[in-house]
Amino acid sequence: MTNIVVLVKQVPDTYSERKLNESDHTLDRESADAVIDEINERAVEEALKIKEAGEGEVTVLCVGPDRATDAIRKALSMGADKAVHVSDEALQGSDMVATAKVIAGALGKVDGYDLVIAGNEASDGRGGAIPAMLAEILGVPQLTHARELSLDGTTLKVDRETEDGVTHLEASLPAVVSVTEKINEPRYPSFKGIMAAKKKPVETVTVADLGVDAGELGLAGAAATVLEVAPKPPRAAGERVDDDGDGGTKVAEYLVGQKLI
Amino acid sequence: MAEVLVLVDHVDGEVKKSTFELLTAARSLGEASAVVVGAPGTAGKVKDALASYGAAKVYAAESDDATGYLVTPKVDALATVAGQASPAAVLVSATAEGKEVSGRLAIRLGGAVLVDAVGVNADGSVDQSIFGGAFSVKSKAAKGTPVVSVRPGAVEAEQADGAAAEETVALPAADPAKSAKVTGVEPVVGGDRPELTEASIVVSGGRGVGSAEKFDVVEKLADSLGAAVGASRAAVDSGYYPAQFQVGQTGKTVSPQLYVALGISGAIQHRAGMQTSKTIVAVNKDAEAPIFEIADFGVVGDLFAVAPQLTDEVAKRKG
Repeated sequence: MTNIVVLVKQVPDTYSERKLNESDHTLDRESADAVIDEINERAVEEALKIKEAGEGEVTVLCVGPDRATDAIRKALSMGADKAVHVSDEALQGSDMVATAKVIAGALGKVDGYDLVIAGNEASDGRGGAIPAMLAEILGVPQLTHARELSLDGTTLKVDRETEDGVTHLEASLPAVVSVTEKINEPRYPSFKGIMAAKKKPVETVTVADLGVDAGELGLAGAAATVLEVAPKPPRAAGERVDDDGDGGTKVAEYLVGQKLI
Repeated sequence: MAEVLVLVDHVDGEVKKSTFELLTAARSLGEASAVVVGAPGTAGKVKDALASYGAAKVYAAESDDATGYLVTPKVDALATVAGQASPAAVLVSATAEGKEVSGRLAIRLGGAVLVDAVGVNADGSVDQSIFGGAFSVKSKAAKGTPVVSVRPGAVEAEQADGAAAEETVALPAADPAKSAKVTGVEPVVGGDRPELTEASIVVSGGRGVGSAEKFDVVEKLADSLGAAVGASRAAVDSGYYPAQFQVGQTGKTVSPQLYVALGISGAIQHRAGMQTSKTIVAVNKDAEAPIFEIADFGVVGDLFAVAPQLTDEVAKRKG
């Protein structure tokens, strides 16, 4: 049986206007619609495929405020079995190092994990390093940016795709995987799945349950601090012409004027 | 003057431009030290290039394991050098791998990770551009060694003379229980075009291009300008162009000197990946397309008429 943990993050919808709080420079969670990060649905899908191909259990792990429950329920409605939700005011403003440590601590709440699957990069912070940092803390292999994954017994093979090309990777479980957009097409939750998700167990835990040093958490504990933030002035529209058969020439003239060619 | 470590990005003995940008940024903070991780003999090949961008030292961490395992050999090398040199900062490129290296190193060193900087300041703070360029952020490490990933193309590389004094770093043997083994690599076959995130000009095509075959109109303009080719999500999802060239929220973020958008409507997802470009030129049939709201120069017209004409004009001017 493969015990799989899927990391899920609730993010501001990329289709809505995302803002930062003026007071403490953290994410303004009220300004935008909150959704499960799209890439996480692919992570859930991959976990479900492994479960369906053999035997396994899929646990959703989410660190986030109370309202992140919506993201957790979405993952459960797709077919995940249960969830652990780390929710604690003390986490507000935590940096990536703290976040990775909290996730590592929370994995201790899952009875003997074999495989952790995450998205390769959250659409809000775009740090793209939490899965690698988690592997560092856990002391297990990272097989990240996977566009294809196969599991044979405890041997995991991954095709990693980045700007450097494709790298073929191999490691034994336990391991941490992150998936790219190309890994699969996530299923839509069925009505039955949505109803069933309401009854699935969600264990809510706080920082005190995890054995993480509280001094490293939150805004006060963060090693990386934001000094200032400023919304960029919106780009103004420049010159616009209709193509009367000389559109290309006009662009060329503009580019010459700007010393770009 | 404190050392500032730079992780060297190289392919087959050739140093990537982003590394020269990192060396330039490092010199504003202290003494630039290049850390080369690769197969035996790599440092010798890249030393001269590193010297010409001001590397005072070149740490050579060479072993067969260095290329045989993912990410961890680079973290091992940087952690080892950081242990000896107590650097003021560590700089890596904000690529998929660079971000992972920086995150792991911050855990290892008890440092702070600062992601995707678009500027590195002399006081050690960094500038970031987030939410697709909607916000500018300045941040710094409150404690520990700052480990900074710097966006390729954000800092202008400037040449300087460096001594490039070589020092050997012993890499620990990789532990397969803790690292993924690399069993094969297929480098990107980019041809002669520059890399998307490193190019100073990017020409992108969208849904308006209409098919994979017709994408050659985008490629031809790109080649005349010496540009990289990009594609919108709509074009990639329609199978017109490979996904590694996708520009946008879910693809690459680019900020070239010039961005040319052909047949791209300019959905917020796409803008998030390109709106920090210095100059934006757009060609679209739809006068209402949102791309015109951010374009410095827009042409309402058929890209199949405008782009080839522009290609010819550019060729003429280049003689």
